[in-house]
Amino acid sequence: MSQSDVPIIAARQVSKAYAGAVALRDVSIEVWAGQVSCVLGDNGAGKSTLIKILAGVHRPTAGQLLLDGRPVDFDGPRAALEVGVATVYQDLAMVPLMPVWRNFFLGRELTVGRGPARRLNRSGMRAIVRQQLSQIGIELRDVDQPIGTLSGGERQSVAIARAIHFGARALILDEPTAALGVKQSEVVLKYIRRARDEGLGVVFITHNPNHAYPVGDHFLVLNHGQAQGYYAKAELSLPDLAAMMAGDPVDLS
Amino acid sequence: MAAHRPPPALAALIARPETGALIATGLVMAFFGLASQAFFTVAGAGVWLESASTYGIMAVAVALLMIGGEFDLSAGVMTGFTALTVGVLATHFGVDIRLAAGLALILALAVGALNGFLVIRTGLPSFIVTLATFFVLQGVDLAVTKLILGQVTVQGLSKVPNYDSIQPIFGSQLQLGQGHFYVSVLWWALCTVAAVWLLNHTRPGNWVYAVGGAPLAARQVGVPVRATKVVLFMGTALAGWLVGMISLFRTSTVQATTGVGQEFIYIICAVVGGCLLTGGFGSVVGASLGALIYGMTFQGITFAQWDTNWLMAFLGVMLLGAVFVNHWIRLRVAPT
Ligand SMILES: Nc1ncnc2c1ncn2[C@@H]1O[C@H](COP(=O)(O)OP(=O)(O)OP(=O)(O)O)[C@@H](O)[C@H]1O
Ligand SMILES: [Mg+2]
Repeated sequence: MSQSDVPIIAARQVSKAYAGAVALRDVSIEVWAGQVSCVLGDNGAGKSTLIKILAGVHRPTAGQLLLDGRPVDFDGPRAALEVGVATVYQDLAMVPLMPVWRNFFLGRELTVGRGPARRLNRSGMRAIVRQQLSQIGIELRDVDQPIGTLSGGERQSVAIARAIHFGARALILDEPTAALGVKQSEVVLKYIRRARDEGLGVVFITHNPNHAYPVGDHFLVLNHGQAQGYYAKAELSLPDLAAMMAGDPVDLS
Repeated sequence: MAAHRPPPALAALIARPETGALIATGLVMAFFGLASQAFFTVAGAGVWLESASTYGIMAVAVALLMIGGEFDLSAGVMTGFTALTVGVLATHFGVDIRLAAGLALILALAVGALNGFLVIRTGLPSFIVTLATFFVLQGVDLAVTKLILGQVTVQGLSKVPNYDSIQPIFGSQLQLGQGHFYVSVLWWALCTVAAVWLLNHTRPGNWVYAVGGAPLAARQVGVPVRATKVVLFMGTALAGWLVGMISLFRTSTVQATTGVGQEFIYIICAVVGGCLLTGGFGSVVGASLGALIYGMTFQGITFAQWDTNWLMAFLGVMLLGAVFVNHWIRLRVAPT
């Protein structure tokens, strides 16, 4: 079932107001299989708000979501997850004090047995986590350690591994490199490329044009809740993108 | 990328939050064993186990709730509320005592659910919401009991029909040599095992940790945060009912002030057992050990014929020590 002629998920002219204050106005974005769509913008530009709409956390106050070209209405994050739209939030949606394996499977725990004897498959989950993490180059001696004791880059990588493991088709990453140093950012950018090469549609949110440009196929620049432009990579250069972020006038003729 | 490792002492406490309580249990046991001849006799053990049992049942439920990020200050007065309900219905209104116990259970669960709904609906701290429930129940206990019975004590309960059919479930005892062992100790063990199973071996248990540790994150990955919290409040109410029945059928009487002031002891037991006040972390076994420490100290001080007021001072010191250790864990694992 190839549907590569339509985006996996798209927002059409969506708006969102928080208690009267407009955080997003008439913004559109498309997420294509095997491509990376970057969302750029200053603090408070509405980036997180946009992806929370894609992820089913917020309902848009106006506009429409399309899943495989058909209108869709998510009534919660779970509904989005079920159709393969997975999100790694700025706060990573992780519980710092919980063990790595419990975090990895949170909300989708594996169980064995039936009825009252139904219980967590603890050894199975530990083994899967160990294997998934070693695949992306993280060797934990102890998957029982609280995830809060991992470094920021490691946590980010665990979150991405989790989304991919649970069959994400579209992967939304909210500022995955924001808190990271140069080396750890490179690692995360590597996973973004790998996810793209595996055919996932990726939404990559960042402040940093230097992170976005090398991996991105499309660029949505937000400014005070409005789209300042939506460009394919061929339409602009890294200096153009950087200038746009700095608020300088850009001539794209 | 090299994985970060917590220092060994911290790692041990994280893996087993009840470690501190276990050490304290050993110390308290040794201390009172030396201070009093009676402590390590069969009769003595029966006394301090019985004393610990009702606190243990409550501490286990309170620990689950605290790991889930909430408090229940109405848990203490709930034990009196349920016992009074049964006492008044059976002695004054002639309701069959078994039915009365069932009605009290339903009432307790309803109050627990109400606590939960108020907390999730208003978003107010459960400390405040359940403080209100606490006062309401305390007032109702006193006023309604006085209004209906004309006094603040239920009497003549053991003469109502079918009393003997239900009494053994909650109040029977077994004599071993000089010692009396109450069935409440068995209930305590059962509750502890059930709670360990629930918390560490089931999906809802995983959610309890998550809703206490990071409710927003839990919601984002699809955990039913609100339902989990409501059920936890119903859990402390259920425990309150069980303890209410145990105290009612052990003594066949109940005072309108029963349970008032006990809620903080349950919280102390849970904290001594490794529960963080901020939620998301703790141990059911630890809370049970906390209750054991309380029972041993309470009775040990009596055995040693000291002023029982030392108990409160001791509790305060334990609490402070436990909070320091727990705070240290939290700062290391989840700074912010
Ligand atoms: N839950 C909320 N309630 C009220 N206002 C909100 C809420 N979430 C965001 N806002 C507001 O909406 C606007 C857009 O916020 P958003 O989080 O989408 O920005 P952002 O581009 O992700 O910023 P950052 O780079 O800081 O993450 C901001 O003015 C913010 O204060
Ligand atoms: Mg944001």
